[in-house]
Amino acid sequence: MATRASTAVTPSRRPQLPPPRDRARLRVLAHRLDMKASPYAYVAPYLLLFCAFGLFPLLYTAWVSLHDWTLLSDTHTFVGLGNFQALLGDEYFWNAAFNTLSIGVLSTVPQLALAIWLAHLLNRPLRAQTIFRVTLLLPNVTSVVAVVVIFSQLFGRDFGLVNWVLSWSGAQPVDWNAGTASSHVAISVMIMWRWTGYNALIFLAAMQAVPRELYEAATIDGASGFTQLRRITIPMIRPTVVFVVITSTIGAMQVLAEPLLFGVYSLTGGPDRQYQTLSLFIYENFTKLDFGYASAISWMMFLFIVVAAAVNYLLTRRARGSLT
Amino acid sequence: MPRTAPGPARTLTYLTLLAVAFFSALPLYYSVVVASRDNAALAEVPPPLIPGGNLFANVSRVFDTVPFALALLNSVLVAGTIAVSVMFFSTMAGFAFAKLRFRGGRFLLLLTVATMMVPAQLGIIPLYMLMVKLEWTGSMYALVVPALINAFGVFFMTQYLSRALPTELLEAGRVDGCTTWGLFWHVVLPAARPAAAVLGMLTFMSAWNDYFWPLVALTPENPTVQVALSTLAAGYVSDYALSLAGTALGTLPLVFVFALLGKQVIGGIMQGAVKG
Repeated sequence: MATRASTAVTPSRRPQLPPPRDRARLRVLAHRLDMKASPYAYVAPYLLLFCAFGLFPLLYTAWVSLHDWTLLSDTHTFVGLGNFQALLGDEYFWNAAFNTLSIGVLSTVPQLALAIWLAHLLNRPLRAQTIFRVTLLLPNVTSVVAVVVIFSQLFGRDFGLVNWVLSWSGAQPVDWNAGTASSHVAISVMIMWRWTGYNALIFLAAMQAVPRELYEAATIDGASGFTQLRRITIPMIRPTVVFVVITSTIGAMQVLAEPLLFGVYSLTGGPDRQYQTLSLFIYENFTKLDFGYASAISWMMFLFIVVAAAVNYLLTRRARGSLT
Repeated sequence: MPRTAPGPARTLTYLTLLAVAFFSALPLYYSVVVASRDNAALAEVPPPLIPGGNLFANVSRVFDTVPFALALLNSVLVAGTIAVSVMFFSTMAGFAFAKLRFRGGRFLLLLTVATMMVPAQLGIIPLYMLMVKLEWTGSMYALVVPALINAFGVFFMTQYLSRALPTELLEAGRVDGCTTWGLFWHVVLPAARPAAAVLGMLTFMSAWNDYFWPLVALTPENPTVQVALSTLAAGYVSDYALSLAGTALGTLPLVFVFALLGKQVIGGIMQGAVKG
């Protein structure tokens, strides 16, 4: 009876609009929904695109690498680790790995040393700070295609500016493109030119957060600029140094456009593969439509990157011990 | 900041920085020199050091050799769309990561940072296969859609908003009855504007200069500037005047814009740089 009474009473109680209490409840509900759900709505565009065009290709590469997979055929035979096995016996692969390492070391080590030093110089009160910073970044704004086209001209054998300048000291013209060592140097110079200023700015940003008193104390103690750089600046900005070393390593392992264009679009990186990098080797197999093999190289490259980054991380971390 | 160096050391500092500035600008200057001469003049020792009078002739040859006007249009549209989209969606995601609490948020942010470390090449092959399936190869969709948002942008805006946007401001908005969307629209977007502008410029530049993916995904008939340039450089090996005229044409607009806005870009890099 009680229930019937309540149902009988309700309609007469309810006016046209819901009572204020119900509206408030609705609002609370909407608010709660807003609080709970809207964060997902805000990251959804990012997540959807990321999964479709970032995560999916990444995982799918692993799947493709386990197959004999070309665009020419509809059947993709599962070969397990066969591609990787073939890769380890492929002398072109090891050649590309060596070239990548060589160009990586030649371009990264001097580049980072120079970048730290430049940042150190810029970290002083100077006139025209902004102009110097802008010119530092100018090479980085220049596209890699432009850089290589320009530097290929500069490194020309017969009429290049570099050989002309070298000839002042009586040196014979160098055929930069032909040799292994000379081509690695030329490519490394292009990479250095493009990235030194960028890294210097990152270092500079970190240096500006180092407390000034440290330098004042060091100056009173009579420490030179170089000692201050070695004993104060570098230890204080170590996280940034680690970060830059790792990102530079990753970048160096992926070098592609420089050797591709330096070889005037040769996928083999010169007639003797003297500067074919791993990325270029991937691209060569990609254009042969040998997707399974190319995917296997990609994963090997990723493995190298992880190892190289880990080694560099440990080395940079260890440098801490000797510095502080 | 270290003390001001005494006289001679300071002079040395300036000289070094001037030398660096000189070498930063030299290749660009030299490309203009070569672009403004004819090919025969380049076979001279010593090499020419001042611009000649052939710039316009070479530039017009560029337009005859490759579809350069189309390439410029494509590059502007692609880089512009990507920049605007990355600015907007990165601010959205950055707002959520920096200021909203939700289950899985920290994990997703960590995943974002981790993927910034994975080389782009790793996904190129399946991405290409995906584009073949979608029949987007050769079209600008292949460039634009996968780039509408990226991990770096999300990370950059998260960093910025967690530092620059006071949580009290959001709480005050809540008390006034603002919905999350209202907060985003009226509080977050205006606060994000300086960083978003820098992100937009950086994104525009890197999209303009992107090379490998456009090379894989596009055809020479419908190129971006970089793909057109590489066609020039590949097909006309000895014609340096031609390929450098194209290079100057495709590079100088960006360099010019950078010279105007460089200060802000650098400010952005210095702010967004990972500081321990």
